[in-house]
Amino acid sequence: MPVPADGLRVALFATCVNDMMFPSTPKAVVSVLERLGCTVEFPMEQTCCGQMFTNTGYFDAAVPTVRAYVKAFAGYDYIVAPSGSCTGAVRHQHPMLARHAKDDALIAAVDDIVTKTYDFSEFLVDVLGVTDVGGYFPHRVTYHPTCHSVRVAKVGDRPYQLLKAVKGIDLVPLPDADQCCGFGGTFSIKNPDVSVAMGADKARHVRETGAEYLITGDNACLMHIGGLLHRENSGVKPIHLAEVLAHTEGGAR
Amino acid sequence: MTTTEPMRRTPAPPSGTFLGMPTFPTNAKAQLNNTQMRKNLRNATTTIRAKRAKVVGEVENWEELRLAGAAIKDRTMRHLDSYLVLLEESLTKAGATVHWARDAAEANQIVVGLVKAKGVDEVVKVKSMATQEIELNEALEEAGVAAWETDLAELIVQLGHDRPSHILVPAIHRNRAEVREIFLREMHLYGTAAPEGLTDEPAVLAGAARTHLREKFLRAKVAVSGANFAIAETGTLVVVESEGNGRMCLTLPETLISVVGIEKVLPTIADLEVFMQLLPRSSTGERMNPYTSMWTGVTPGDGPQEVHVVLIDNGRTRVLADPDGRYALRCIRCSACLNICPVYERVGGHAYGSVYPGPIGAVLNPQLRGIESDIDKSLPFASTLCGACFDVCPVRIPIPDMLVHLRHKVADKKRQGLHLEPTIMTGAQWAFGDHKHFEFMESMAAVAAKVMKKDYLGPMPWPASPWTRARDLPMPPTESFRSWWKRTRGEGK
Ligand code: SF4
Repeated sequence: MPVPADGLRVALFATCVNDMMFPSTPKAVVSVLERLGCTVEFPMEQTCCGQMFTNTGYFDAAVPTVRAYVKAFAGYDYIVAPSGSCTGAVRHQHPMLARHAKDDALIAAVDDIVTKTYDFSEFLVDVLGVTDVGGYFPHRVTYHPTCHSVRVAKVGDRPYQLLKAVKGIDLVPLPDADQCCGFGGTFSIKNPDVSVAMGADKARHVRETGAEYLITGDNACLMHIGGLLHRENSGVKPIHLAEVLAHTEGGAR
Repeated sequence: MTTTEPMRRTPAPPSGTFLGMPTFPTNAKAQLNNTQMRKNLRNATTTIRAKRAKVVGEVENWEELRLAGAAIKDRTMRHLDSYLVLLEESLTKAGATVHWARDAAEANQIVVGLVKAKGVDEVVKVKSMATQEIELNEALEEAGVAAWETDLAELIVQLGHDRPSHILVPAIHRNRAEVREIFLREMHLYGTAAPEGLTDEPAVLAGAARTHLREKFLRAKVAVSGANFAIAETGTLVVVESEGNGRMCLTLPETLISVVGIEKVLPTIADLEVFMQLLPRSSTGERMNPYTSMWTGVTPGDGPQEVHVVLIDNGRTRVLADPDGRYALRCIRCSACLNICPVYERVGGHAYGSVYPGPIGAVLNPQLRGIESDIDKSLPFASTLCGACFDVCPVRIPIPDMLVHLRHKVADKKRQGLHLEPTIMTGAQWAFGDHKHFEFMESMAAVAAKVMKKDYLGPMPWPASPWTRARDLPMPPTESFRSWWKRTRGEGK
């Protein structure tokens, strides 16, 4: 297959949840990007987008994560994260946090770096200009467009474009797809009952599709819906978009 | 429920105050178990969402209309002082009497005084959020005046000894079978009884309400209304409604008292062009609402000959003073944000402890009332920040961002007291603020994973219980991503 990236230097922002809990997702990103000819680097200074702090109201605690982000990724033209939510938080909240910190140097650095931060699906479709990444996934799947990927990062239909180009895939529409799954970060533990009520409806819709796999571009939402699906022994497996795209016909899985 | 205190003129609302309510999560838990309410709300919100999406989709320049609506409101709020003075001048010139009220108590005192001066013991009411906000009905009741709600849904709430649960359809939590029961049980206690053989057909129920209200309309000497818009240039007040009950109240009685929040002012009649396109499509999902009434002071020989306008602040200038919060004053109370909200859909309006529920309530109440009470401290967290409310808001109120700013205010307050959360956050700041600390945490997680030898954790005691009560929790892997990267590709980049 063609190699569209031709050595393009890309920094991977793994995100804290993926780094610690779901390493197979950033590994899949590395494998897809390298397959497409990118040179992937992983700056060690990176930690987290900070939205756990920001969205709980602890702006001061979020500022060090903004500094860490700038330190890790300064100098890169392409910063790619397998998360619409973390991408959205960097683009939408880091400028506000830098201003909250009243630090002019940080404001300037942040305003520059946020324009270079991409969700994985955006980077593939918009920057590399590919929708067929050579994936093969002979399964029935459904896709939940996570709220922050759609409404903050605004990835639009890019994930669908990518999924439709995967060989062997049977992509079935998810009823009420645009409704929130109820995760909501700390909402999931501050308002656990409402969170579960929303998640239960989402999980029910997922089961209605008869899918073997539930795909999203955000592992945090997937942890919530997947946790419900696992508790009820539904047999539906949660999987990140990147991992689906990483599968190839000759691949191990 | 069926017994009413003999001294009361109108059905008693539920006991207790909004501010005395427990936190949102506690209220929500109780509401989630109300099967009937959940079904009613699911049906109602699903229908109205689809209607709204259809009629909004027809308008090619919808986004420009939203931008215009937001811009007009913002500009008006920037010069609110001069527009309010202009409004007072125009109203006075047109023969109306303007009253100013700093808070709910002052507003109620003014209205009660005006009503008592007319020597009447009852008023008819047009559906109005401002009068719900100041709890005018109860103030009138205490003064021996019966305030009769004439909007169908508002009547259902009043006769049901209930509280409104939605800003447009206050009885949205009720279905028609419940409405029938309420009518049969209560109507005869307060006027014309429900007809025998009342069915739960919507047309039959509406007919019963019409008959019940007719004598009240014909008898009333005084009406109380709110206003959707108040035009500064002309002194014109505007009421947008569906049923025609408003038109009856605004035209039949001799005296009309309108209670209007100061943020309802618009500079000119021409500005209505934008809002009359935005409001009906966003609220009822109609291209145009059935009744739009406009009146400018007193018209000799036609309609009420004594017109009063009570302009209320009740916290609004405080909202205006906050650059992160003042967007809330753009709100035209269309209720689109409630109808789209997945949290509201499941818990209903009563969980929010205010006449303003849903996303707008979650940002408005803590601003209007301050973040002192348990309920107001918890409201900014009553959202997943999914952002659906912003997408549908006709005046582009950035509700998710505002919720985050209010959370910041609540967190600052918590830091002053004895709370666990700020301590946890300080610990987490240490862990996530520096990659070496983060790596340490990851190595601890990997050790735990090796010891537990499990993919998922089932139900666990506190502090894991809020998560694991209903959801399994995946275990971290034995090797984090960055450990894998270091092992396979070395320490460098
Ligand atoms: S916040 Fe916006 S969507 Fe909600 S009621 Fe007000 S105007 Fe309507």
